[in-house]
Amino acid sequence: MAGSGPTDTRPLSPHVQIWKWHWTMAGSIFHRISGVGLYGGAFLIGAWLIALASGPEAYALVESIAFSLPGQILLFLWSMAVLYHFANGLRHLIWDGPMVGFSPKVASLWSMFNFAFAIIGAAVIWSLASFF
Amino acid sequence: MVQLTLPKGSAPKKGKEWPKPERSKNVRKFKVYRYSPEEGGNPRWDIYHVDMDDCGPMILDVLIHIKNKIDPTLAFRRSCREGVCGSCAMNVGGHNTIACTKGWDEVAGSVISIAPLPHLPVVKDLIPDLTNFYAQHAYVQPYLKTDTPEPEKEWRQSEEDRAELDGLYECILCACCSTSCPSYWWNGDKYLGPAALLQAYRWLIDSRDEGTGERLDDLEDPFKLYRCHTIMNCAQVCPKGLNPAKAIAKIKHMMVERVA
Repeated sequence: MAGSGPTDTRPLSPHVQIWKWHWTMAGSIFHRISGVGLYGGAFLIGAWLIALASGPEAYALVESIAFSLPGQILLFLWSMAVLYHFANGLRHLIWDGPMVGFSPKVASLWSMFNFAFAIIGAAVIWSLASFF
Repeated sequence: MVQLTLPKGSAPKKGKEWPKPERSKNVRKFKVYRYSPEEGGNPRWDIYHVDMDDCGPMILDVLIHIKNKIDPTLAFRRSCREGVCGSCAMNVGGHNTIACTKGWDEVAGSVISIAPLPHLPVVKDLIPDLTNFYAQHAYVQPYLKTDTPEPEKEWRQSEEDRAELDGLYECILCACCSTSCPSYWWNGDKYLGPAALLQAYRWLIDSRDEGTGERLDDLEDPFKLYRCHTIMNCAQVCPKGLNPAKAIAKIKHMMVERVA
């Protein structure tokens, strides 16, 4: 950057430290976080399938981990990440294609909706699953 | 690169709390970023108590009040005081805005923070160094480029073609949008940022301009245009109500369309 040679002692002005977050900003970073989470989740599916193919003992081990409390929390977060990434990915598609919903107000509401969709959606799926 | 903390020497420390005005009932507290190159050291947050009955309606009035009546050493840029020059762009209450069109009654909270535009080298107090920002504007060649010989009078344009420039030509280059963008914070040396890209689109879509192909070539790399991840901070803060994120999306469309 111009003006920032080795003798330049100018401080850098504060950025994330002072920023008051918008819903869209939170929505964007959570898209990245949930994406990374899903990447990790793909390995879990892999582990589950390998265990399924390896026989009942290996499968029982994976199942015991999945049904433990930390395992259940992880799986709940994972289902939330799937739903959020899906909803927000759809928005990216709409933004990139027909380019609608770009106004700050609509974009903010849309971000809120995506968060709500992920949380409520995951809750509904888990409560339905608990009946079976 | 993503760096969530400030470098050593840039973190603001607790500063001076200036005395409260006597005999006034309507007082508001302001937390203002201070840095002096003469004194050096870390920047600091100074606290000022402003008698709002003795002060105009805008944040810029607050700054002028502080400079005139409390502390003459406070430095900030200002010129037109009516939202057309963009000089007084700064971060007020956590969002970028121009101080002259932002009423202090619009800012929530018991303490209003006033800081320079984010993630820039600070020259003094609320004055950041915008050299890189202006260089990026120059990079998009913000002027008419033509091959056909110049007409005798002027370059004509239909009303519909002219309407394409609405929402673009109003940009005053205050830098509120670019310095609000996390992508620009982390990659400001390679990513052009919302302001320069909105300006680029303003010339790309101009029916009179004949440099569209080379303009798109100039934006074609992984960083200059494509670091926009539609975080939307630019559109959220633009004091002129413009939408750089949408202009960037339209440039991306043009990139696809010329290949197809």
